[in-house]
Amino acid sequence: MSQIKIANLQKSFGDFSAVKNSNLTINDKEFFVLLGPSGCGKTTTLRMIAGLELPTSGEIYLGEEEVGMLRASERDIAFVFQLFALYPHMNVKNNLSFPLKMQGYSRSEIKTRVEEAAKLLRIDHILNSSISSLSGGDRQRVALGRALVRRPKAFLMDEPLGTLDAEFRELMCLELKKLHIDIGATTVYVTHDQLEAMSLADRIAVMDGGEILQADEPAVIYNKPATKFVASFIGSPGMNFINIDQGISNEQSTLNIEGTDFNIPKQYEISKSKKNSFGIRPENLSLTNEGGLKGSVFGVEYLGSRKIVTVKTNFGEIKVKTNISTSVKINENVQVKPSNNNIIIFDGETDRSLKSEFMN
Amino acid sequence: MDTSRSYLEPSSFSKKLAATIIIVYTVITLIPISWMVMTSFKNVNSAISYPPEVFFEPSLEGYVNLFTNRSRQSQEYLDSLPPPENWYEELVRSREMVITGPSKFLGRYSNSMIIGFGSTFASVFLGALAAYAFSRFRVPLKDDLLFFILSTRMFPPIAVAVPIFIMYRKLGLGDTHLGMIILYTVVNLSLAVWLLKGFMDEIPKEYEEAAMIDGYSRLQAFFKVVLPQAMTGIAATAIFCMIFSWNEYAFAVLLTQFNAQTAPPFIPTIIGEGGLDWPAIGAGTTLFLLPVMIFTIILRKHLLRGITFGAVRK
Repeated sequence: MSQIKIANLQKSFGDFSAVKNSNLTINDKEFFVLLGPSGCGKTTTLRMIAGLELPTSGEIYLGEEEVGMLRASERDIAFVFQLFALYPHMNVKNNLSFPLKMQGYSRSEIKTRVEEAAKLLRIDHILNSSISSLSGGDRQRVALGRALVRRPKAFLMDEPLGTLDAEFRELMCLELKKLHIDIGATTVYVTHDQLEAMSLADRIAVMDGGEILQADEPAVIYNKPATKFVASFIGSPGMNFINIDQGISNEQSTLNIEGTDFNIPKQYEISKSKKNSFGIRPENLSLTNEGGLKGSVFGVEYLGSRKIVTVKTNFGEIKVKTNISTSVKINENVQVKPSNNNIIIFDGETDRSLKSEFMN
Repeated sequence: MDTSRSYLEPSSFSKKLAATIIIVYTVITLIPISWMVMTSFKNVNSAISYPPEVFFEPSLEGYVNLFTNRSRQSQEYLDSLPPPENWYEELVRSREMVITGPSKFLGRYSNSMIIGFGSTFASVFLGALAAYAFSRFRVPLKDDLLFFILSTRMFPPIAVAVPIFIMYRKLGLGDTHLGMIILYTVVNLSLAVWLLKGFMDEIPKEYEEAAMIDGYSRLQAFFKVVLPQAMTGIAATAIFCMIFSWNEYAFAVLLTQFNAQTAPPFIPTIIGEGGLDWPAIGAGTTLFLLPVMIFTIILRKHLLRGITFGAVRK
């Protein structure tokens, strides 16, 4: 198992630049998730680490070795594909032993390793089945098994749970996490599903437009997003933004919106723009009768333990996560107010969050 | 009205109609073939009798004549010979002839085998490699190249017979197995590339990527993972190539005479006494039909899947 480091990595397809100047260090034994919408460059990054694409420029280190220009077969990594890519003309056992045969292991060694992996993944009862007879979950396990048997330096997974149904995905998520803890392999996992990312990752890198916007632990990504995109992409629903037509000065700790003063965390940075946004997560807002932003209730969604109230204000729709006991009616006039100081100001020019007492 | 059946199920009337059409069509197509097989079992006289004989006494004379050269002898000479050693000598002697040696048929037949299977293998192998490259790699001017390859089939091959004849004579390829294999491969290759490219496109590239990650080179991945999955396409392509090279007549007449002559130009030249030896020709064509028939039956499962490939997958 090894650390993976990418430095100034770039990839262009003709005029389109898929990955822009990325830098990232994935620690040994870490479960690292690349998260982003489709076309953000996460899969391209993963494929470059795997050696299925060659970078336009930049370096990739696997452990100490620079592997950027090596062929996939020379890198000693394992890759789990979204559609599993199990060889349909071989049975489960042959699929698992296929990578070992190439490496010239003895027959008995192959047998031991295949059985070991099969036991770990609980597929030892289907070793002689053909691939086409397997369920989605079993195919998933076989794909993982084929990656496991080789004991590679790193596991790369490209949305491996994408084709499973929701219920099963949750189960496989738990299994993957447990498997990762059991074998302690460096894992890079690509997904567009934030829940999957949050529940699996030691650290997450959020990507958009070929750039890595933020790489950090899930809680930090969620609570202290570095950019407006991260804030809106993570969380369900995403963060609320209120456009404010005023600059932010150093040491500022109140903000006047529509004639009402709101407390904000003490700011440590001067905004570059005069049009910034005030970002707050739905659970950090509450409904009140006075001292907030005025609006009317547009919609109420029951989520079992919580309710999401959508309030239409002069600043657009604002979503508020409230207690189940809160009772509001559609079109009722309400006011929305922050219930704590978890507020982030995003610079209108760079879309980055400004440093403050909260965003330190 | 009968509403118990599904709307997707054809009505019993259209099923019957379809069956009738298929049966009539089958009978029509089978008449020449069954006539050919019947002719091969007739004797020289019943083969040309008028009105044609549908019921006749079967004889193996056609097959004996196909495989042997014979000469007519006087009755005194025949009487002076020791008694015939086997049934076919007896059959020939009953026609007042003796066997002077084996005919050229077996040699021509094996030439057909060598050239037919050789060029089929070469077309499919080269076609699969080219199709894979066109399907997976960024080839400069890919579309133009593909069109160029296809354009070699836009004229009848015989249109270039004269230049090929001259080239072959200069290169010493005339009347050689290699020359005929090359020629049929060239004609079939464009079909093979186009057919196989379609099949290769259908195989997700993740399979060979997985194999490459598993430590195999691209060529190894191609042989171990891509080819087995393209079997359907390979079988369909092989049948088409085989049928063409097996049946090809014009170039075979033009370019081969002795050494590499295939069966198609040879069979019609079988001449008996006082005209064509129809039972021998019937026997030759019947035997000639067998290899392609067996080849197609073996690959039939793949062929049917091959033709509908892509239509129902996923």
